[in-house]
Amino acid sequence: MNKKTLIQKAAAAPHIVWSVLFIIAPLIFVMYYAFTDNEGSFTVSNFTELFQASYLEIFLRSVCFAFLATVICLVLAYPIAYFISRANAKTQKILIMLVMLPMWMNFLIRTYSWMALLEDTGIINTFLGFFGIGPVHMINTAGAVILGMVYNYLPYMIIPIHSVLSKVDVRLLEAAADLGSNPFTVITKVVFPLSIPGIISGITMVFVPSISTFYISQKLGGGNFDLIGDTIERQFQTAYNYNLGASMSFVLMLLIIISMTIMNKYADDDGGVII
Amino acid sequence: MNEKKIIELKGVSKTFDDEVILDNIDLKVYEKEFMTLLGPSGCGKTTTLRIIAGFVTPDSGEVLFDDVKINDVPPHKRSVNTVFQKYALFPHLNVYENIAFALRLKKVSEEEIYERVEEMLTMVNLRGFEKRDVNLLSGGQQQRVAIARALINKPRVLLLDEPLGALDLKLRKDMQNELKNIQRKTGITFIYVTHDQEEALSMSDTVVVMANGKIQQIGSPTDIYNEPENAFVADFIGESNIIDGVMLDDFKVRFSGHEFVCLDKGFGKNEAVDVVVRPEDVDVVPLEKGMLRGVVDSVTFKGVHYEIIVTINKFKWMIQSTDYVAPMQKIGIYVEPDAIHIMKKSEFSGMFGDYSSFSDELDHLSDVTEEEE
Repeated sequence: MNKKTLIQKAAAAPHIVWSVLFIIAPLIFVMYYAFTDNEGSFTVSNFTELFQASYLEIFLRSVCFAFLATVICLVLAYPIAYFISRANAKTQKILIMLVMLPMWMNFLIRTYSWMALLEDTGIINTFLGFFGIGPVHMINTAGAVILGMVYNYLPYMIIPIHSVLSKVDVRLLEAAADLGSNPFTVITKVVFPLSIPGIISGITMVFVPSISTFYISQKLGGGNFDLIGDTIERQFQTAYNYNLGASMSFVLMLLIIISMTIMNKYADDDGGVII
Repeated sequence: MNEKKIIELKGVSKTFDDEVILDNIDLKVYEKEFMTLLGPSGCGKTTTLRIIAGFVTPDSGEVLFDDVKINDVPPHKRSVNTVFQKYALFPHLNVYENIAFALRLKKVSEEEIYERVEEMLTMVNLRGFEKRDVNLLSGGQQQRVAIARALINKPRVLLLDEPLGALDLKLRKDMQNELKNIQRKTGITFIYVTHDQEEALSMSDTVVVMANGKIQQIGSPTDIYNEPENAFVADFIGESNIIDGVMLDDFKVRFSGHEFVCLDKGFGKNEAVDVVVRPEDVDVVPLEKGMLRGVVDSVTFKGVHYEIIVTINKFKWMIQSTDYVAPMQKIGIYVEPDAIHIMKKSEFSGMFGDYSSFSDELDHLSDVTEEEE
């Protein structure tokens, strides 16, 4: 008995070491830098500095963009996930693979590809030119940044929703129809409520990377739409103000935790949220 | 029983993946009738039910409801409701909301919903369970919720797809009585699908025996038991000894090398027939008084009676008797004229009714049905 628990403990060791080294320790560093000045003494000035209008604007923009991207992802992903889940098992596998296919390519390459597509002399405008339309200015707009987020994170919305929808028992849909539901109310009264755990996972998996992203806005927004991620990156890479960067990271983390808490309030207690 | 026809199937056929599931079915269901579709798995009984519910569209033939063709009417517009196999309760709704589901769709007022849900809960003995999570109910309770949910809409016809299949024996018996009571009280037509012949006999007004996508016989439970139309029905409903015989004349049949008096007539002279003798109708008598004689193979005590397998002229008979006989003993048997039932030869002749390969274990195995589809 004792021996067994020892083995069990030993088996958990790599995980514990990993967590301490790569999760706990970095968090401690973030806390340390966030609450100290560049001489290492305690201060909250890193946080008070964030109340400047320029930083508040960045935070607000990040939340707005991430929110919009999440909503658009949800609206696009739900019908796609539903459609996939109604196909037969073999087709489902193929379609899910197609959804994930772009994720096998490097994130930078995908973002550069969008630049090539969206530029004023890019592929889309060249194509539109044949019909005498445009050029339509697309690159370096807020829309381009949100498009980049939606494009990159859409699979993370589709997959958890599909995973829940594909497990919905067909007999429940028949039961609903039997009791008088038309095809529309079958979806609103049965399918949708049953897929809420998947929706919540999807929202989490899109919102969190969207609010903390940094590269998309620089490449597709042309530097006009600084997001929190970009600002944090700049503090570490160019301004070398680790303390301010850490305090921003800290606030971002709080923002995410608050959003997730609100989200999970809507989740059933037995909803089995994936993330 | 009311003689007003409510549902009629006319020449209904259905094929799935080149497999004929239903082959030209004709069926009439009357108002206030408790009808059971009985048959082994894969006989087409569930498909018949699903055609009536609207989940399956027949390839050919007509489905009539009050003499109106409803082949293309979707399920939600039919005044039938279904109690599904394994219930299919909505896991995201509590007991109250599951039962109220159909009324909410109709935008019935909150007070009326409350009244009618309470009425249903009273009927199925689940008062006080309103707020319960359906996932945490026992099988029997889930069953009751499913019945209440299906009945709240006051359907003209209630379809039940092996509703008691997942319950244990004791609970099954109780629910059988309860279902029968509910049917009497509400006067709703029940169409009940089962593979359990005992369930079919004890609950139904009409039993429809199905096999191989065809209806083998339609009749009252006593008709089906006493006057089976062919070897399949005789074997599927209860135990039967089915012996090859020759009809010598009206009321005169020869089998097992002996001439018997029977009550059947109207067969051709010297026509080959199947003879059914129920095990409980065979009397064990002393050797010299027997019409037939044989050696006892085995004896099994069954509580109410002994189950005796006897070899007579190479054919193994099953006899149920309250008197003990010893294995290897020579006995005589006596068959009264009214214990003999004559059937025309059919595609099932020779397939059933001989107990040479009989064992309890096999019998139980054949009771287990896989889900039909």
